[in-house]
Amino acid sequence: MSGDRPTAAMRQVSWAWVGLIALAAAAILIPLMFGGVAQLNLLVLVLLYSSLAQAWNILGGFAGQVSLGNAAFFGIGAYTSTMMLIEWNLSPWLGMIAGAVLAAVFAVIIGYPVFRLGGHYFAIATIALGEIMLIMFANWGFVGGAVGLSIPFIRGEDRRPADSWLFMQFNLNREGYLIIGIALAALVTVIAILIQRSKIGYYLRAIKNDELAARTLGVNVLRYKLIAIVISAALTAMLGTFYAQYLLFIDPETTMRLELSVLIALVAILGGVGTVAGPLIGAAVLIPLSELTRSALGGAGNTLDLVLYGGLIIIISVFQPNGLVALTRRGGKGRSTALPTDRQEAMAEEAPLLGGGDGR
Amino acid sequence: MDVLLQAIASGLLIGMVYALISVGLTLIFGLMEIVNFAHGEFLMLAMYAAFWGSLLFGLDPMVSLPATVLALAALGVLTYYGIIARILKAPMLAQIFATFGLGLLLRGLAQFFWTANFRTVPDSFLAGLFGGTVRVGAVSLGVPQIAAALLAGLAFAGLYLFIRHTRTGLALQAVAEDRGTAALMGINSDRMFALGWGLGAGCVGIAGAVLASFYYIYPSVGVLFALIAYIVVALGGFGSVPGALVAGLLVGLVEVVSPTLFGFSPAYKYAVVFGLYLVVVLIRPRGLFGQF
Repeated sequence: MSGDRPTAAMRQVSWAWVGLIALAAAAILIPLMFGGVAQLNLLVLVLLYSSLAQAWNILGGFAGQVSLGNAAFFGIGAYTSTMMLIEWNLSPWLGMIAGAVLAAVFAVIIGYPVFRLGGHYFAIATIALGEIMLIMFANWGFVGGAVGLSIPFIRGEDRRPADSWLFMQFNLNREGYLIIGIALAALVTVIAILIQRSKIGYYLRAIKNDELAARTLGVNVLRYKLIAIVISAALTAMLGTFYAQYLLFIDPETTMRLELSVLIALVAILGGVGTVAGPLIGAAVLIPLSELTRSALGGAGNTLDLVLYGGLIIIISVFQPNGLVALTRRGGKGRSTALPTDRQEAMAEEAPLLGGGDGR
Repeated sequence: MDVLLQAIASGLLIGMVYALISVGLTLIFGLMEIVNFAHGEFLMLAMYAAFWGSLLFGLDPMVSLPATVLALAALGVLTYYGIIARILKAPMLAQIFATFGLGLLLRGLAQFFWTANFRTVPDSFLAGLFGGTVRVGAVSLGVPQIAAALLAGLAFAGLYLFIRHTRTGLALQAVAEDRGTAALMGINSDRMFALGWGLGAGCVGIAGAVLASFYYIYPSVGVLFALIAYIVVALGGFGSVPGALVAGLLVGLVEVVSPTLFGFSPAYKYAVVFGLYLVVVLIRPRGLFGQF
């Protein structure tokens, strides 16, 4: 490994992975064009969760601010576009932009106070915010309360459900969803790569490794944390709109529950936090596994899928605490020097009580 | 006025239970800075232990309480040696998700073996004691709730005396303070950590046994209790035992009193509790009594 010069190696690693994954995606996609609905659904879910995890990664991975409330942004996106569509018959594409803007504003409003908190206090605060949003929406009659909202079908001239790019709805040829999913995943990935390679990315990593040191060196810590949360929130909200259009039904439980926030973080963590390839790998492994175990073992109240899923999470946390992406780097030495995430691990080894340098 | 008094009394009683559930979490965090995200599932298992004791052996949850506490303590120690000891040096995120995975696993197993049905312990001793309710002036309180609060108080007192006034308790404090120096004094931190997990899970065992006397028992019963426990622990300050007590009472009080006092729907009560946490940590970023 390249040892003490991590940045060049890092770029190579992430680009190599992006290339590999693009190839793998193409290999799956081409046969899929002739494949079934179940495979398409699985692929859309993988794309959705990898994008959600990538957006989470910008704040949670690069900047080290662990959010367990990202579902709130997701819900804002889903509800904004859906309400604009139902109330004013506006295209979800406009709703997607409006949702992203709203989520960004919301992110700034909560970010200002909450970013003063360190480590676990921050994580619990994001849980609290997410739960407050869930309770508010579940009791807000205007947006359908706990019952939720259904998005009306686009209908063709024969009054049957139809497809429309303008209204982001594909009832006949569901490949439209796949194309939008790929486009969104590409957008999120490119933004993550740009951030990682830019000045902002270096500042975020400095904040993650040692907030006090970063501040001492003149990094405007609050400003860069806010930039990270705004980008993360806006992208998450856009994916929320896509999800609403994909399911054509939303309620507070499916769009804002805590389990969703946790799953988003989990995908990134299993893949490898703070790397661009991590969320892609995490989603490509975790989502098919979860769907397959559910269809093979689940059903009729059987929860063996949960058991397997939980067991797998424990095994990976214990034996591969830096995520699956670490598997691609050989040997213990490389693992502890190649990436900024691993510096955190090295710090934790030197001073266990720091518990992973969460920037206090 | 009577309504308010009633709400305050009920709030304090449930607050004691919250405090008891939370103290295990905060104890473990104080020792090794790990949040146990399977805490709610530990509570769920304790409640099921009481339930099965009653159904299979005809033992009242109060009679089987010692066994439940021991079983939970064993589970805590097992969790420490099986999982936690291996991830002490792992990044914080891996630690969070290891215990989260354990929670999923336990919840899945519970639902697989025991179904998702809601269960109750029929004719529990506490529910029948003194006809089930006690009236003090205009305030009427459930006997099981009073007993739960009293037991929680006893457990707190016991825990406090143990930590403050026994050699082992002092060793626990030493390890929490500084692992390295404690090791130089000949304290085996590994055993202290295991003890911490045993104690923490044991406290949940008490809470579970009491709750089983008057609460529904189902595989995801721990989820809401755990969520409240995280808020309580963070509100009181991670690692602070007195903090857990004060914050538990405060959360119970706010949860029950605020809808009565301000006249909004109880549906919003948890939103107020979470809001309270945000307000407190914005003023005191390390909770009420936190050092971490």
